[in-house]
Amino acid sequence: MLYGRLVLARVRSQLQYRLSFALDTVAMFLVSFLDFLAVLLIFHATPRLGAFSVEEVAFLYATSGLSFAIAELVVGHLDGFPQLIRDGSFDVLLVRPRGTLFQVVSIDFQLRRLGLAVQAFVVLGWAISRLDIPWDAGRVAALPLMVACGAAIFCGVWVLTISVVFWAVEGREAANAFTYGGRQLTQYPIDVYGRWLRRLLAYVIPMAFVSYFPALYVLDKPDPLGLPHWLRYAAPVAAVGICVASALMWRFAVRHYRSAGG
Amino acid sequence: MIEVEKLSKRFVVREGRFRRRRRTVDAVSEISFGVERGELLGYLGPNGAGKSTTVKMLTGILVPSSGRVRVAGLEPSRQRIQLARRIGAMFGQRVQLWWDLPLADSFELLRHIYRVPADRYRESLDRFREVLDLDPFLQTPVRQLSLGQRIRGELTAAMLHGPELLFLDEPTIGLDVVAKQRVRDFLVELNRERGVTILLTTHDLGDIERLCSRLLVIDHGRLIWDGGIDDLKERYGEERTLVVDLEEPSPPLEVEGARVERVDGPRQWLRFRGSAAELTARVAEHARLVDLQVAEPDIEEIVRRIYSGR
Amino acid sequence: MRLDWEIAKRGYRRYAAYPAATWAGVFTNVVFGFLRGYVLLAVFDHRDVVGGYDAADTITYVWLGQGLIATVYIWGWFDFALRIRTGDVATDLVRPVHPVRYGLAFDLGRALYHAVFRGIPPFLLGALVYDLTYPAELWRWLAFVVSVALAVAVSFGFRFLYNAAAFWTVDYRGPAMIAMIVANLLSGFIVPLAFFPDWLKAIANATPFPSMVQTPIDVFVGQADATALLVQLFWCVVLLAACRAVFAAGARKVVVQGG
Repeated sequence: MLYGRLVLARVRSQLQYRLSFALDTVAMFLVSFLDFLAVLLIFHATPRLGAFSVEEVAFLYATSGLSFAIAELVVGHLDGFPQLIRDGSFDVLLVRPRGTLFQVVSIDFQLRRLGLAVQAFVVLGWAISRLDIPWDAGRVAALPLMVACGAAIFCGVWVLTISVVFWAVEGREAANAFTYGGRQLTQYPIDVYGRWLRRLLAYVIPMAFVSYFPALYVLDKPDPLGLPHWLRYAAPVAAVGICVASALMWRFAVRHYRSAGG
Repeated sequence: MIEVEKLSKRFVVREGRFRRRRRTVDAVSEISFGVERGELLGYLGPNGAGKSTTVKMLTGILVPSSGRVRVAGLEPSRQRIQLARRIGAMFGQRVQLWWDLPLADSFELLRHIYRVPADRYRESLDRFREVLDLDPFLQTPVRQLSLGQRIRGELTAAMLHGPELLFLDEPTIGLDVVAKQRVRDFLVELNRERGVTILLTTHDLGDIERLCSRLLVIDHGRLIWDGGIDDLKERYGEERTLVVDLEEPSPPLEVEGARVERVDGPRQWLRFRGSAAELTARVAEHARLVDLQVAEPDIEEIVRRIYSGR
Repeated sequence: MRLDWEIAKRGYRRYAAYPAATWAGVFTNVVFGFLRGYVLLAVFDHRDVVGGYDAADTITYVWLGQGLIATVYIWGWFDFALRIRTGDVATDLVRPVHPVRYGLAFDLGRALYHAVFRGIPPFLLGALVYDLTYPAELWRWLAFVVSVALAVAVSFGFRFLYNAAAFWTVDYRGPAMIAMIVANLLSGFIVPLAFFPDWLKAIANATPFPSMVQTPIDVFVGQADATALLVQLFWCVVLLAACRAVFAAGARKVVVQGG
């Protein structure tokens, strides 16, 4: 598959710097625990956050962390996309017989983000060991599925928000609010956020489906907000929805670029 | 191969503190021309004249504001991907190859992007390797290549999928004389032997002199010349130079209908209009000639004259 | 003095040239302000005070922190490292102004721009939405401003040092990322130092990092008095001296090896 080849080529060239890559990955892995330390510090001050215990928040943190790490592997390099527009390299993509989104996504693959994925695994393991999850076939399958849907949602939001670059190259900074902001907020249960924000996250930018709703299912936890029960199964729908929206947005943005000039 | 009819492109530029003022720029204004299969033509114009805008509309990068354009029978802006298979493009200042990978890997990736059958790819690549002498650096990462090597790699990349039409934007910029010649020879072979239609956008008049039989000149969005180079010289090259070698050094000749531009020992350069034969006769009346030569008008001068609107 | 002012103006202008990027940044700062604010406020569902901070102090801490992100600019500053990689640092060696002094003046100019255009807007928004804690005494307001200036200087020293890694290694981004992540945590940016257990607080206080973020905030909400400024000053002097020493070592290397 063409994507596989393109990605393999990038990975090969990154692995050439074997030592630096290994050091980076190990360093990232160690240091990323400091990120989780923030969660622990909060629970040092309080026994519960909203209706959630530290292990439950750790579960949210880890599953969304895995989703985000995967998304970063695949589309994290989009942060550098403004440069492609600025120096006119995007035009080169338009002269090739392939879709531009496909080309832009397959241009890079950030192997060094792997360290963060491993850290999320470790935290997930810790959380699961301390939680009393009523495992059954559905829940076991739900775990990788929720991580995959979460990754798809993050990717969709990334593409959607980076499209703003076609109108204003400096707008990329605003995209951070959605991509890294999304990472930040999915670490915690959405019941700590104000009502207006919860509505936004559930129905507009479907961040609540990255970890919160699926976690309610896996942990078999009643929703402290009392929202409809079927929401906890809706993550795949949200993922598909946001990906379709982002693909359409990209197309619209490229059409603008091709009419208004570089 | 290419049909362009009243093609225009208009941009809206937002200026001012909060981008509130709007100004329309007519980058390309109603240009029309046609290109037959197998032509090798040059596209010239001062910076900002609309050259790259035109090429972008021909390749499907930009959508025209109005007018009609067909390339290889396809409409570039609507049939971008179909057209992409049949054209090759090389932008001298933008890198198409993968920076960190060996040249050969870039070619492989392009093969898959363009879906070139393995045997046709092999054949193409072998030929380019030979003509452009790629073997010494085929395995070198692109970022370590010299400019000349990179340009040869880019040309190969543009041609690997066997396009019928090639768009080149400043392909020889920055190259030394030897490298330029090599590229020019390659382009001539592509055109004459393999019938590839080539549209060459360039500032390099040497490229034009040596490669193009036909020239399109654009200025301020309008096409101001479309024709052969010889016609161009005849029309605009009003003044020519007669270089005479006299028997012995003399003061500048005073001859009717000519003025001496330069003197160097026994050699004098005379600028004149009209018949060279008549001038020669007049000069012979004044001095003893050993040898003479008529220098053709300099294309740079001609182009400058066109730009300045004469 | 006049020269420093000129340099500072240049620093200001360089960032003032991209208003769109500034507004995009403010947007992001505001979004994160809400996200962090809610999480930290949720702690106060179960407690009234944590390490001396109450809910109002904490939400003030959040919005001040958001305003300080760009002002103090701990994250993602690579100007000096880039100069080393491109070789421009060679010209710095022959300039009449010492690069550390130049860099500091330039950065203070930048900080002024960011303080006004990326510091005040998020804070104002936070102030409109929430009930914040404000300095009770006038001298506190002044002390706050001075504290922010010192925080910028300490941060500059830190940034300069992790940039200087570029003298000795091609891959300076790796160690820089680690330094930034550690700084982020120990400066009290992610979670107030008041929330730290005592042993971690002690570790943080032994580093210059709290001087970059926590100290000005503590001065503002009344958790620290003017002596905290002395601590900042101390770190300022120590780090800038370290910068000069490291630069001298790096410059020697450049001159000997030709960069």
